Amino acid sequence: MTVPIAILLDGVLYAAVLFLLAAGLTLVYGVMRILNIAHGSLYALGAYTGTALVLAYLSTGGPEPLMYLALLAGAVLAGSIVGPLVERLLLRPIYAREEVVQLLVTFSLFLILEDVMKLVWGVQPYYVAKPYAYLGTVTIAGVRYAWYQLLLIAVALATGVLVVAAIRGTRIGRMIIAVTADREISTTLGINVARLFTLAFTAGAILAALGGALVAPLIAVAPGISVEAIVLAFAVVVIGGLGSLEGAALGALIVGVTRAAAVYLLPEAELATVYLIMVAVLLFRPRGLFGELEMRRI
Amino acid sequence: MSGREGALALVAAAALVAVPLLLPGWVAFLLTLALAKSVVVLAIALLLRAGLVSFGHGMFFAAGAYTVGLLMKRVGVHEAVLLTAAGIVVAAAAAALVGLFIARYRGIFFAMLNMAISMVVYSVLLKLYWLTGGTDGIGIRTPVILGMTPDRESLRLAIYYFTLALTLPAFYVVQRFWNSALGFVLRAVRDNEVRVEYMGTSVYRSIYAAYVLSGGLAGLGGVLTGFSVGHIVPEQAYWTTSGEFVFVAVLGGPASVPGPLVGSIAFEFLKSYASKYAAFTWQMTLGAAMLVIILFMPGGLWTIYGWLARGGRRWAWSSKPSA
Amino acid sequence: MGVVLETVGLTKAFGGVVAVSDVNVAIAQGAVVGIIGANGAGKTTFVNIITGYLKPDAGRIRYLGREITAHPPREIVGLGIARSFQIPQVYTSLTVLENVLIALVSREKASLRPWAPLSTRAREAAALAALEPFGLAEHARRPVTELPEGGLKFLDIALSTALGPRLLLLDEPTSGVSSEDKFEVMETLLRIMREREVTVVFVEHDMDVVSRYAQRLLAFVDGKVVADGTPEDVLADPGVRKAVLG
Repeated sequence: MTVPIAILLDGVLYAAVLFLLAAGLTLVYGVMRILNIAHGSLYALGAYTGTALVLAYLSTGGPEPLMYLALLAGAVLAGSIVGPLVERLLLRPIYAREEVVQLLVTFSLFLILEDVMKLVWGVQPYYVAKPYAYLGTVTIAGVRYAWYQLLLIAVALATGVLVVAAIRGTRIGRMIIAVTADREISTTLGINVARLFTLAFTAGAILAALGGALVAPLIAVAPGISVEAIVLAFAVVVIGGLGSLEGAALGALIVGVTRAAAVYLLPEAELATVYLIMVAVLLFRPRGLFGELEMRRI
Repeated sequence: MSGREGALALVAAAALVAVPLLLPGWVAFLLTLALAKSVVVLAIALLLRAGLVSFGHGMFFAAGAYTVGLLMKRVGVHEAVLLTAAGIVVAAAAAALVGLFIARYRGIFFAMLNMAISMVVYSVLLKLYWLTGGTDGIGIRTPVILGMTPDRESLRLAIYYFTLALTLPAFYVVQRFWNSALGFVLRAVRDNEVRVEYMGTSVYRSIYAAYVLSGGLAGLGGVLTGFSVGHIVPEQAYWTTSGEFVFVAVLGGPASVPGPLVGSIAFEFLKSYASKYAAFTWQMTLGAAMLVIILFMPGGLWTIYGWLARGGRRWAWSSKPSA
Repeated sequence: MGVVLETVGLTKAFGGVVAVSDVNVAIAQGAVVGIIGANGAGKTTFVNIITGYLKPDAGRIRYLGREITAHPPREIVGLGIARSFQIPQVYTSLTVLENVLIALVSREKASLRPWAPLSTRAREAAALAALEPFGLAEHARRPVTELPEGGLKFLDIALSTALGPRLLLLDEPTSGVSSEDKFEVMETLLRIMREREVTVVFVEHDMDVVSRYAQRLLAFVDGKVVADGTPEDVLADPGVRKAVLG
């Protein structure tokens, strides 16, 4: 039976993309308690800069394998420039404000970034298929897949493992855990929370941009990819639990496989299934699979 | 409402009545659209009062619009008053259903749950193309207003006055709501939910009531927008449409009654100007404007009136720090 | 004199820490009872459990003979119990008067009405009357944010009394209040409560206030009531002196 295998493979493929998209969002929320609506725009920004760098590189005629470096460089560049800028200028002034205000600020950022990308790259779609086609294809269970897609799964896995290891294993990582658990105590422990926030947000931005850059060879890079991306990212993060990387991985798998199943079995409902799962989770277990409850003290 | 505010309201109403007779047709059209959408903005402002932001009110907006579209296209109802009533009822009923569980949520979860449900509605509207026309949506023709079919010349005017006739009472209703016990309780809920419960008032019920009213208003906005534009599409339920309403609410200033109207009018005119001259910087300008308002002028554009009227004292709805 | 409030074997732990341990207390109608104890001895937790904010792990609570264990705060308030808070819980975006108006309309069970104005002449008069004993009537139109800390405390207490309770629980009513105002306000407050035949239980750190106004004193140490009697007796108890007074 090839359909279940196809669903599984497609699902895992899709999950890889979703994880890369959602990991940064959940990390930023975990540390800073801010849900960044503009996260999808950072993803799109990575797609654009990655694409631009690859196209620029390819036109120089250098050895083709290095184009992957260009792709990665684009993402890292985008994230490490925009990240600190946004955190310092826009987020720092509003840390003490209500959640509603923070949501509105990140929504404004989304609006601004959308136009910035339009101004820089225009509205026509970009296709950078070289990185995708270069590696060739392989047939599994009667379905043709590109090696690039399997590479994506590997990269997503590796990223997940690396980020979790970095958080558990390094001093900075442990500070992140401390700040996530209790911000006030962390300040008294001497942790420079401000600098940590900049770091965390930049890491989240780079992760988002990375997701976008890696996905770029698979899609048409055009205005509007951020709009759907953000709802999907929200869905994954809600299902997994806000602030949990393991949750983001599991959430990505659930959303990915469910959507793949829908595409094969009930194509009409493909779009709706993801949102329905999100609604269901929010209704029955709002904190998600790995999230934590918070209660107010009086 | 104080004496001066009452006088201002009358002047504004009079101005709105006179406008289409004095200014060119395109102004009247934009104003019709602005009025129609201002009702949805009112709906958002209502919830903002309780400290809740919904990124999903497009679903009630679409509910009102699609009720009109489907009744006109499939059932053959053409009377505007009937269609409006139906649109409001359907939207309010939807809000009554969704509100049952959504009234338990706050902050980000409230925003996201609204968003998610509206996206489900969007995908349903998109996929059920045999009923809703899918991406093409539903085109509607002139409704019959109180038994009279307006001829081509007076069509714009007729729709304008019909819209005005429904918008002004909507604003009045919300004005009374703002000053009622429930209106104040919602502000109290935002400030200190625990204290509200400790006074014996159900926070859940207060939010539920506000949500249903909010849904009905959004539905009315959807109906009026449908009449005005003549075309109903699934995008009305998309989260960015909802986001636009939130933006206008913040722009105009959600703590006041005139705010949504002022914001909506400013928005529609700016939008039509921008789409002609600055298509690629329109959203950026919106975003930057919203940032400026949030950071420096939390009361929205209406703060300017506040500054003039109160001699500079700021009217802040969002200056309180988080708990 | 009937028993207004009774707790039987009340116990509550947070993780491994026992906050309230097997507390058995019966409070008589019209009594003025003080609760003392070091920080973390369980006093506020006790109040939180009685008023329904926390569920006890074990034990029962009876109010006027009626079981109220684990009932939500809203219900308990509806039955006639009101409380004030250690850190004043007020509506910061509203005026002083509006705060009290909400309390009054809640008491009338009319707080969800969407059409009639909150502010009526009768209600405003009642609100000003509720604010008067605390010296807040003259500040009625001011935003809450303009009140000094002591004023916030008074407002918090005023909100609780405005609910017209039969049992009033005050959590550190004089903390944050200047020494000149402390006694005057307690004096006025307790006089009014006596006139209305309201039972008062108050948690306090200030021993002067406690010895002057409490008819009966409960001393909490590590979640248990170790002494229960007149202020003179309890404050003389060596165990209490060590644990509470330090």
